[in-house]
Amino acid sequence: MQTKKQNKRLLWWSIPLIAVLGITLYGCPSQQNLAGSSDAAQKVYVAPGEHDEFYGLFSGGYSGQLTTYGLPSGRHLYTIPVFSQAPVSGYGYSEETKPMLQTTHGFIPWDDAHHPELSQTDGVPDGRWVFINANNTPRVARIDLGNFQTAEIIEIPNAAGNHASPFVTVNTEYISAATRFSVPMDENTLENEDVAISSYAENFKGTLSFIKIGEEGEMSIDFQILVPGFNYDLSHAGKGPSEDWAFFTSYNTEEAHTLLEVNASRNDKDFIAAVNWRRAAELVANGEGREIPAEHYRNYIDHDEHRAKSELIETVTVLDPTENPGIIYYLPTPKSPHGVDVDPSGRYIVGGGKLSSVLPVHSFEKMIQAIENEDFEGEVDGIPVLNYDSVIQAEVENAGIGTLHTEFDGNGYAYTTAFISSEIVKWSLETFEVVDRIDTYYSPGHLMIPGGDSRQPAGKYLVALNKITKDRYLPTGPELFHSAQLIDISGDKMELLLDFPTDGEPHYAQGIAADIVKERQVRFYPLEENNHPDAVKSEADTRVVREGNEVHVYMTTIRSHFAPDNIEGIQVGDKVYFHVTNLEQDWDVPHGFAMLGAQNAELLVMPGETRTLTWEPKKVGVFPFYCTDFCSALHQEMQGYVRVSPSGSDVPISYGTGD
Amino acid sequence: MKKFALLPALLLSAIILISFSLHGCGGNGEESMADQEQDMDPYLQELQDRLTPFEQEHGIGPITERIEIDDEIDEEMVMRGRNVYEMKCEDCHSLSENEVGPSLGDVVERRSPEFIMNFILNPGENVLNHPVGLDLLAQHNVEMPYRDVSEDEARAVYEFLRDYYGSQ
Repeated sequence: MQTKKQNKRLLWWSIPLIAVLGITLYGCPSQQNLAGSSDAAQKVYVAPGEHDEFYGLFSGGYSGQLTTYGLPSGRHLYTIPVFSQAPVSGYGYSEETKPMLQTTHGFIPWDDAHHPELSQTDGVPDGRWVFINANNTPRVARIDLGNFQTAEIIEIPNAAGNHASPFVTVNTEYISAATRFSVPMDENTLENEDVAISSYAENFKGTLSFIKIGEEGEMSIDFQILVPGFNYDLSHAGKGPSEDWAFFTSYNTEEAHTLLEVNASRNDKDFIAAVNWRRAAELVANGEGREIPAEHYRNYIDHDEHRAKSELIETVTVLDPTENPGIIYYLPTPKSPHGVDVDPSGRYIVGGGKLSSVLPVHSFEKMIQAIENEDFEGEVDGIPVLNYDSVIQAEVENAGIGTLHTEFDGNGYAYTTAFISSEIVKWSLETFEVVDRIDTYYSPGHLMIPGGDSRQPAGKYLVALNKITKDRYLPTGPELFHSAQLIDISGDKMELLLDFPTDGEPHYAQGIAADIVKERQVRFYPLEENNHPDAVKSEADTRVVREGNEVHVYMTTIRSHFAPDNIEGIQVGDKVYFHVTNLEQDWDVPHGFAMLGAQNAELLVMPGETRTLTWEPKKVGVFPFYCTDFCSALHQEMQGYVRVSPSGSDVPISYGTGD
Repeated sequence: MKKFALLPALLLSAIILISFSLHGCGGNGEESMADQEQDMDPYLQELQDRLTPFEQEHGIGPITERIEIDDEIDEEMVMRGRNVYEMKCEDCHSLSENEVGPSLGDVVERRSPEFIMNFILNPGENVLNHPVGLDLLAQHNVEMPYRDVSEDEARAVYEFLRDYYGSQ
């Protein structure tokens, strides 16, 4: 617990912040220069039928999903269900997708998705996959950009609050995961423990995880590094000279466990952890590290069978820095840093010190020198702390208040969000001086430049992902969509082009040239390749089969009828499985399936795909089902009936379509 | 989705159908197309004028010249064609009667092999841009869906249909 005096000092310090915040949020809205707005309109205009230049992949935050926007238009293109059930398509409801949300805590219907990260080849986004973290129940998902579907989700054991995740290494060898909330861990097994919360300093630990990515994208936790019980916040891997390293910010080096907004803000400096992942990986490959029990699920789409499967993995390998020196160092960094961002050359590591008055820029070269010279100012739990003055390249002055996150334009400039002063600040990577600033509306968290965290940014647009919306759009009651703002960064002066609302709470986003992703698109699934065990590929094979209390309906859809569409012999107390195969083999012809009274979602079945919905009828009678996706001029005729008889009835199973 | 674009096309087809029935065209395939030309609906005439003579006779699609059909039935091809027919045609077509789509038992008498193949391979365009396709749409109300059938498979389906017709 801290003293009253310390509290008072903090209070004084926060007054100017509150004042600035107040002015920004309530004082003088929308005073941006609107001159040249027709020019701005032209820059974001994408004519009907034309395509945007970039895909924007925005995290959904508390929606648990990933939303896709076209840039520069801001068109909302699609929402990819990832960590939350989506009744709109049946994701997490259909038998084929429920396993995706399996964890060691059971089926989890929701999560909080923060940071999308594109796979990279040679430090450049390659359009194969986008990864995203689940912050609440620690997991990472891989989304296939060929079909914009979640292909795999892996659970992260020995972690709580997977925030500093999932950032890729230059050739997608690894993605990162880390614990935001340290938790008590048994010394040997790392198992969570039943201990007093006040024993934090003694018992609580964190882990930094490295998830290996296979040729086909398959994820496995290669190793976890045991670290002191701080809060690990964000991450980025190095590139070029620093490509063997990954960086993680930490806060709460005070190891507070209550009222963190005060108690975790005392230290003038926290740390950026620099991890030599290449060296750690080699150690693990050579048999170093300890394999410990750590059950966690890997859920993945079996592409052959078109359905998700869950696999329980029993162990994980842990590296203890005290036993494996040289894998991790701490870089002191002011003050409760949020982002850690590596410039395109890989030479500079920028920390977003959200309570700091300067923006610290570390030099990778100096860091290596300091390590070689053992230029340490101390150590924490066996992890050497490098001398701040030896590793710092520059402190950018006047970079705004509440600096959070930085990206780069590839032309020698960096752009940093300042949450409290509500602006984007542009500064030079040569002089480390601010050269331009632009207000945002209001309070940006992250920002995104397509490729802006890679070796090759496309320095044309910047998107500010604002946390506060207030008066920007027509009001919708107390709850407002978050506001994103598109800013032109192609000239010397930044220019605001467009506001657009975003679904959920986008934390981070990624952007990629549309052409790279467009050419990968799957338009339908060939029926011949559908090896789902419950698929039926022609109407001749459709059938209804009773197995005790379970009834399996093997059904097909084609414009515009179901087969079978008349089903009798179902009884109250049955569990009915509708296995629906969409026989269409054309682009953009999904069929929907909705059953009256099903305590479930609908199914949206893509062409060539099989999806299964369960229904446990509660009432006697005849109940309709129908197609929910307008499929043809005779869509309204696409319907069927199920007759439900009382339990024990002698109405036999019968079915058919037409006469 | 582009499906609403169908509605004007459907209305138009209905008009065309009415004008067809008023003028008493029985739809006897290739010869009747020529017969209709004298008193054709102007829209239909314009549509037809946009097509090459080959397309007018044999449909719009990847088959752009006459193909050689052996007098002998190729039994192996019939087998393959039957498999494709059962997986991708039978949902809507019967060999003996009109169902969702027209009966196919005697289609080889009504249409050329190239027309049948083009219709299988490129249904969307034939339904909207070919006078015969528009007529079929007007009669059956449903746009025949694209089913991802290869050229080789379409040829086999023709062989199956030819064999079936010959065996009746």
